[in-house]
Amino acid sequence: MSGLQVVFLIAAAVTIFSGVMVVASRKMMHSALWLILSLMGVAVLFGSLQAGFFAIVQILVYIGAISILIIFTVMLTRRMMDEGHPGLIKGWWLPALMGVILFGLLAVFISTWDNFQVMLNELPANPENLAGFGAALVDPAGYVIPFEVASVLLLAALVGAIYIAVEGKEKAG
Amino acid sequence: MIPLSWYLIAAAALFCIGLVGVLSRKSAVSILMCVELMLNAVNINLVAFWHYHSQLQGVSQVAPQVFVAIVFIVAAAEVAIGLALIISAYRRRETSVVDEMTLLKG
Repeated sequence: MSGLQVVFLIAAAVTIFSGVMVVASRKMMHSALWLILSLMGVAVLFGSLQAGFFAIVQILVYIGAISILIIFTVMLTRRMMDEGHPGLIKGWWLPALMGVILFGLLAVFISTWDNFQVMLNELPANPENLAGFGAALVDPAGYVIPFEVASVLLLAALVGAIYIAVEGKEKAG
Repeated sequence: MIPLSWYLIAAAALFCIGLVGVLSRKSAVSILMCVELMLNAVNINLVAFWHYHSQLQGVSQVAPQVFVAIVFIVAAAEVAIGLALIISAYRRRETSVVDEMTLLKG
């Protein structure tokens, strides 16, 4: 077993364990902190795939921005999450059972694929080709339309988020 | 090196955990957190197949990278809108538990 495999196993174990803790934690703040650990694990998995750019983007976008937003929201809406208020619905075992069954089905199904056990070898030099990626994003023959649509979506979402979140305050004040 | 199957199994496990969380958590913020877990599982798959495809073709493939970038963008937009809606609902109803958001029941 090579060193990279050990790194993968540790990162995957941390990711999945913290994913379980996100679901199982009683307090939402603990869930949010476990979520950060889980996202870090995913960033390590990206790194082990030689996708260093996406590992950095994962840390910047998810851990830097999204986690902070989630923690702010948890703090702004925390009062109803007192002690004795379980975070899970009463029949939580039914979704859990469904999740286990779905995982089993997925595992069996994808293992029937011929190239399932293929080894991911180290890519040659400059594996990500970021210059090519950036050029393709603004190339009319490439991906300029999805890129622009995504930009407009993000802009509209952020403007809408500010409008929705501020609206209540104006009415109250 | 690492077999592709390990990534697929880990991503499937993370996706199922996120799905269980979406179906069983009470608070809307927790549900959004579990949706983030599911999106991350999808991203692991996409990056793993980017590596696999680049390895087959011998050169880095751009299309999977664009997919991953768009999943990032959609996740950021989704969480911004979702959390703004939760804060807005909390201001009006003093709750962020989805079972108690029953305004339409009258």
